[in-house]
Amino acid sequence: MKITRLFKTILMTDFVGGLFMAIKEIFRSKKTINYPFEKGKISPRFRGEHALRRYPNGEERCIACKLCEAVCPAQAITIESSERSDGSRKTTRYDIDMMKCIYCGLCEESCPVDAIVQGPNFEFSTETREELYYTKEKLLDNGDRWENILAANIKTDNPYR
Amino acid sequence: MEYISIIFQEVYKILFLLVPVLVSVAMIVWLDRRVWAFVQKRQGPNVVGPFGLLQSLADALKYIFKEIIIPASSNKIIFILAPIITMTLALIAWAVIPFSENQVLANINVGVLYIFAVSSLGVYGIIMGGWASNSKYPFLGAIRSAAQMVSYEVSIGIIIINVLLCVGSLNLNDIVIAQKNMWFVIPLFPMFVIFFISALAETNRPPFDLPEAEAELVAGYQTEYSGMMYAMFWLGEYANILLMCALGSILFLGGWLSPIDIYPFNLIPGAFWLIFKILFLFILFALVKAVVPRYRYDQLMRLGWKIFLPLSLTYVVLTASYLFYFNLLPTI
Repeated sequence: MKITRLFKTILMTDFVGGLFMAIKEIFRSKKTINYPFEKGKISPRFRGEHALRRYPNGEERCIACKLCEAVCPAQAITIESSERSDGSRKTTRYDIDMMKCIYCGLCEESCPVDAIVQGPNFEFSTETREELYYTKEKLLDNGDRWENILAANIKTDNPYR
Repeated sequence: MEYISIIFQEVYKILFLLVPVLVSVAMIVWLDRRVWAFVQKRQGPNVVGPFGLLQSLADALKYIFKEIIIPASSNKIIFILAPIITMTLALIAWAVIPFSENQVLANINVGVLYIFAVSSLGVYGIIMGGWASNSKYPFLGAIRSAAQMVSYEVSIGIIIINVLLCVGSLNLNDIVIAQKNMWFVIPLFPMFVIFFISALAETNRPPFDLPEAEAELVAGYQTEYSGMMYAMFWLGEYANILLMCALGSILFLGGWLSPIDIYPFNLIPGAFWLIFKILFLFILFALVKAVVPRYRYDQLMRLGWKIFLPLSLTYVVLTASYLFYFNLLPTI
């Protein structure tokens, strides 16, 4: 036993074996991706940047029930509402402080009309804090921009809700 | 007027050596990172330039524009001097490396001794950097580094004696020419292995990167350095690694000689063969970095003093008695 160990040490079999394993691994496929050029697959449940959606006729979905404001654990959402001329309750202000937000997804879950959702976008870093203080216009604009993907995601995830 | 023309000629020659060495140091850093990444199944630097080849250039630019922070409690003169010494010593050793029979900056008779002296002086840059920082981690790193480099230099010296016994000259060109029939890696293979491992320790590469063990010592003697001064340490380190690879290929792998002395191989200039050999050794260096864990400090000292030193001494006795018994001692 001891002699075999001695020979192993002198011939450095473990070390040479390790080297050959390293050479073998060099030619295997890589496990990482070229991030800015190719991106990994994102689940439909991914909780990224927020968006306020609209109905197909252009009407805002949000009914200002303030459930999301109440459920938000970080209290990042601020909503003010008033009655519109046609008698419906709509928001006059819908702000999300993206720096307070912890991306838990509770706002999306609490929303009865699928108005506030978290989209697949996670590349929205900015250079100033002010830019991360999202207003209603910004959120609605996000909703318009990502609507196709958002609708598809909600549809895919629907059976599991 | 004559002096000026001589100076110009010399400067021209020096630049002709120095610029390729510095460029290849930058390339070798890229290669090191890339091999390391590939073994770990990552992509490695591949964005700047083709295959990321210009990554080191971008890094160097970044370092140049960064602020140099000198700690208030440091010894400022020595603090600034340390990286300069490290880089200078790593570069001047290249003066005696022969790239072919007459392509050598200084074809001196004691080339091996010169390289040995210069690489021994390299410890000073590290000790000075660690001491002048006046901070605990750089100090510990410098102590470790000094002890390590000194102890492995002993075994490298004795290994070189083996080669010198077979050659009978300290001139690096003579050493290369003596390997015309057989590279020394064949008769002296155990010495080559020990040389390789000692070279790893000498240049503070894993598994002997204790001086900059990032888990324990932040970055060892480089901790307080920033900006261009850090980059100079970094350049010096890689220039030293390249130098060790060059020394290994000259002492054991036949330097600028082609592997087989037949027609198509003869046409390739010697410099290319030397570069191939240096690259081969360097890729081994990089692979080892990717494979091995770090040694503990006492294990490192034990390996140097209790294993390598007796082994190489025994081999000196063996080589000498073999050469003496068969009357093969060189008679230069």
